[in-house]
Amino acid sequence: MNENDSKYNVSLPFFGIPKLIPYIKKYRNTLFLMIFLGLLGTGADILTPLLQRYALNHFIAENTLDTLPIYIILYLFMVLMVGFVNYVCCTKAMQTEVSVNRDLRNAAFSHLQTLSFSYYNQNSVGWIHARVMSDTSRIGGLVSWTLMDSVWHLSYLLGSVVVMLVINARLALMVMIILPLIAVLFSVFQGKLIRVNRRIRELNSKITGDFNEGITGAKTVKTLVVEDKMSRDFVADTAEMKRTGIKAARLRGLFSATMNLASSLALAIVLWKGGYIAASEVGTFSMFMSYAQGMMEPVRWIIDAISDVITTQVNIERLTRLLETKSDVTDTPEVIEKYGDSFNPKRENWEPIRGDIEFKDVSFMYPDGDEYVLEHFNLKIPFGSNIAIVGETGAGKSTLVNLVCRFFEPTDGQVLIDGRDARERSQLWLHSAIGYVLQTPHLFSGTIRENLLYGNPNATEEEIWRALDLVSARGVVERMEKGIDSDVGEGGDMLSTGEKQLISFARAILADPRILVLDEATANVDTLTEQTIQNAIDFVIKGRTSLVIAHRLSTVKNADLILVVNDGKIIEQGTHLELLKAKGYYYRLYTRQYEDEATSSILN
Amino acid sequence: MEDNKVTTPEARPGRLKLIWSFLEGSKFFFISAMLCSALSSLADMITPQIIRVAVDNVIGKKPPDSLSPRVIGLVEKAGGFEYLSKNLWIMACAIMAVAAVKVFAQYGLRVMNTRGSETLVKTMRDRLYTHISHLPFQWHMENHTGDIIQRCTSDIETTRNFVSEQMTSLIRISIMLVMSIGFMLSMNVGLTVIAMLPIPAVIAYSFRFHHKIRDAFQECDESEGRLSAMAQENLTGVRVVRAFGRERYERDRFIDHNEEYTGLWCRMAEIMSRFWSISDILSGIQMLLVIVFGVIFCTKSTMTSGEYIAFISYNGMLIWPVRQLGRIISDMSKAGVAVDRIGYITDAETERDHENPVKPDMNGDICFDHVTFAYENGPEILHDICLTVKAGTTLGILGGTGSGKSTMMYLLDRLYPIPPENGRITISGVDIADIDLEYLRKNIGIVLQEPFLFSRTLRENLMITDDTLTMEEIHEAARTACLDETIDGFSKGYETFVGERGVTLSGGQKQRAAIARMLTQNAPIMIFDDSLSAVDTETDAKIRAALEKHFGTATIILISHRITTLNKADQVLVLEQGRVSQLGTPEELRNQPGLFRQIYDIQSYSEEEVTAS
Repeated sequence: MNENDSKYNVSLPFFGIPKLIPYIKKYRNTLFLMIFLGLLGTGADILTPLLQRYALNHFIAENTLDTLPIYIILYLFMVLMVGFVNYVCCTKAMQTEVSVNRDLRNAAFSHLQTLSFSYYNQNSVGWIHARVMSDTSRIGGLVSWTLMDSVWHLSYLLGSVVVMLVINARLALMVMIILPLIAVLFSVFQGKLIRVNRRIRELNSKITGDFNEGITGAKTVKTLVVEDKMSRDFVADTAEMKRTGIKAARLRGLFSATMNLASSLALAIVLWKGGYIAASEVGTFSMFMSYAQGMMEPVRWIIDAISDVITTQVNIERLTRLLETKSDVTDTPEVIEKYGDSFNPKRENWEPIRGDIEFKDVSFMYPDGDEYVLEHFNLKIPFGSNIAIVGETGAGKSTLVNLVCRFFEPTDGQVLIDGRDARERSQLWLHSAIGYVLQTPHLFSGTIRENLLYGNPNATEEEIWRALDLVSARGVVERMEKGIDSDVGEGGDMLSTGEKQLISFARAILADPRILVLDEATANVDTLTEQTIQNAIDFVIKGRTSLVIAHRLSTVKNADLILVVNDGKIIEQGTHLELLKAKGYYYRLYTRQYEDEATSSILN
Repeated sequence: MEDNKVTTPEARPGRLKLIWSFLEGSKFFFISAMLCSALSSLADMITPQIIRVAVDNVIGKKPPDSLSPRVIGLVEKAGGFEYLSKNLWIMACAIMAVAAVKVFAQYGLRVMNTRGSETLVKTMRDRLYTHISHLPFQWHMENHTGDIIQRCTSDIETTRNFVSEQMTSLIRISIMLVMSIGFMLSMNVGLTVIAMLPIPAVIAYSFRFHHKIRDAFQECDESEGRLSAMAQENLTGVRVVRAFGRERYERDRFIDHNEEYTGLWCRMAEIMSRFWSISDILSGIQMLLVIVFGVIFCTKSTMTSGEYIAFISYNGMLIWPVRQLGRIISDMSKAGVAVDRIGYITDAETERDHENPVKPDMNGDICFDHVTFAYENGPEILHDICLTVKAGTTLGILGGTGSGKSTMMYLLDRLYPIPPENGRITISGVDIADIDLEYLRKNIGIVLQEPFLFSRTLRENLMITDDTLTMEEIHEAARTACLDETIDGFSKGYETFVGERGVTLSGGQKQRAAIARMLTQNAPIMIFDDSLSAVDTETDAKIRAALEKHFGTATIILISHRITTLNKADQVLVLEQGRVSQLGTPEELRNQPGLFRQIYDIQSYSEEEVTAS
């Protein structure tokens, strides 16, 4: 897989934030509101020590309660206002966060629906999935919370500095000496912490992997009697985890120790250099203490925010790279103009498909390959013919299928559909005429009905049952608790492989495609199912142009043309008898398969 | 599933006992952490007192009536109130000294607590891992991998949080509460009572809220799970999506799911913000109460301004922990279930030998003596199997899927025990049930039908049974298994990483790697469970020839469909539906009607038949 480290090198200007602007614009007003209210809230926070000062300087020092009712009302009003402001800010911040995440996820997902197969071949599903689900979820937080935190803490810091400067510039300056020192120290710690935390995450997933391996490989572990060795290795991993965890704790401990010391230092300075104020104005003295101690927390938050921006950069980079990946297979503007795109088709302009396919001088090399797998390949597949493609696992049998389906486009030459270059019509136009049955049948979670309707949302109840009958899948459906409305589970887990296959045949029949692509299963199913599936195949390919990646002898024997693939290239072609007579590669392959199949049919 | 057995709310008898046993080795750290926590709280309490003395007596020059004699003594030692007021730096130093103690204690608290929690997690993980690997194979078959892994990861995490976060926080906050109440009481009883009045309400509100919101969180998690699964399905089924032209449908469905998930969180945002702001307001009002009554007490001279400042400080320290308390108590209830789920694993019985297991000569005859077997609650798999494999000979087994051939091998390796009344298997005349299990398995090398390689390098995989193997011995094993050329083809050779994070080997390569790995065991009994099916006939023959050359004295059992392979065996067993249907030398079987002959015919005459068909 192409998941090498180069993807983690970050090089976007301004931490990649400009790339996010299109997604933030929508929430501009909310963000402004948040900033405004945030400032209001900070204002109240800055005011609190001043109210404290008033209480000490006025009520206590002058021994009077004259303005107490007003004081209470003012204080209460402030408390309520802060409560309200926090309520709105937090709600909005969280909602903006999840909304931005949602928009990014939608954009990524929609874009993925248009990307060509070379992207899917080069990146594993897990990797792409992480881009859609986890990268997006970190970015929204950056936009809303990091912004909110910066506003709150920067303004608090500035506000308290200003108030202190106004009230006692000399003392204020002395207290502020600590700030830059602290900022530098924090940044150093932060950098180290990021690294340690990354290591902890790695170790954690390693340990989960160990558990997984020990459990899924239990049979092997037991037969090899390596329980103790595996345990020893596991203990080594957990020991490193423990060491790293403690190391992280030391760092965090030092971090907060520094912070606490700094705030005590500020307090000590106030007492030492400002203690004299207490003689005349206890309130002012107390106010200074509050500000001096309260200054450290914002510094910490600001540095947190900065490091968030830096770490999130990677997520932004990876996501934007996905969003900016261009599909290798795209329709021209003219084609889109006439036929519509994948999301908004203009079906009224679509010509009906007959199902003639022709390879005209096609040369093809996979985008990530360095060798032509087809060179000047010519082949006419008139409507209704059955083409079988045979070869060893991994020999490259799907190349032709990929080209016919326009999952890839020829490097040179043309694939003609009904006599016209496939590129002259839209992808969706072609795909709507193709049925595809995979070797490992892929069902979507949902009901059987939803799965059947996948290829043809407008099928009637009658058509559905007819399709099920044609592939003898009525029994499968009726056995289920809720019949056709039964849930098939994630990936169709509730059904056996054979049953899944039958359902996917029925799905293909319902779509009634002119061109059918079938990747036969090699998996062992019981004889009865095997027969049922074979019958289904025989039925499904009737009256269509079909390309079958074949493993079953009967399918191969009856094919109009067999293409034999080895090492990615077509090395023999002809009918079954022709190829047998030639006594070449196909002959050997067939003999072996014949033996295997005959043997297993006798055994079972 | 068996989940129902363990997640029922009634406690297992040993919940606390189990946690206690996991605390082995970490108790000391947790106790130290608590001591540090007490020290740190104490230091926290002293700073406001220094300020108070400074404001009232040193700077304010009030007579030190309300101070305890010990404090006065301390001040006198430092030069008296007058001297201190001229040298405030001494007071500042006192603050720094207390701060140093506090910081030291906090650092100790954090490190000790982490040591404790890391040790605890390590103990739990190590014990579970080791325990699981020694559980009978049957247990592994009965439990879902995903479920076990969840018990080993998130349930451990929940238990760790319970001990090292929730329990310790609870104790820490309690210490803090008690101390600050003590200090507050020492200064002004009335104001303390007023300050404490709203606190139970705050705790109760926070507890109720966190208890209630848990369902909402779960709803969010489930919705996220659905969204994530949908994306996963779309990505794995991309071919189906494209081929049916359903991009738009998929996009719309994703947007719907996404909208639902986002909607749940938006609602959650509102609920949580409301909670925060209401508790902000509650705390604000509590603070206001303290200020107002504090001011009133000061004007009535029942309190000094220094005491007032100190009081406000204490009050400020309380508010946040008190708000946390409700959440902690609410979260603690989750731990019980997690501990039970872990207990389900530790309660399972590990594989065990009889008393006084023996270690007989493994180069002897293997004898199946009227063996009948069925998996728990399953149909009979093997019926009355009688068979002797002479030492040093090769037995071939032919049979269809479900004929019981793999089960026979599992029984021989004691992956499943044979109930005593169902016959027995002996090696050198000793019932395998009496043989030392480790000894038995070490002396039987099995290559399984579906080989499993560990996600390590090839070299590490090959030397997994024995760390002391030399490179030469590894090469030798690879050569015998016809794996050497494949390995030489990799750019990193023997250091190639296999499995999830490395290269994916083909079926045949995996089988050969598993064979090479088994060979390093040097076992006198070797079993190949259909392990050459994915390699071609020539390689199959080459491997067998090499085996013959290097391990001529070994007793070999070969399960195969290939007549060419079976022909080389000294005797062949044909299994049909768990019964011995034929047993004899390949020559004998070729000359009698039956499965062996049928297949022999197909595989030797297929050439003519192929061309005829």
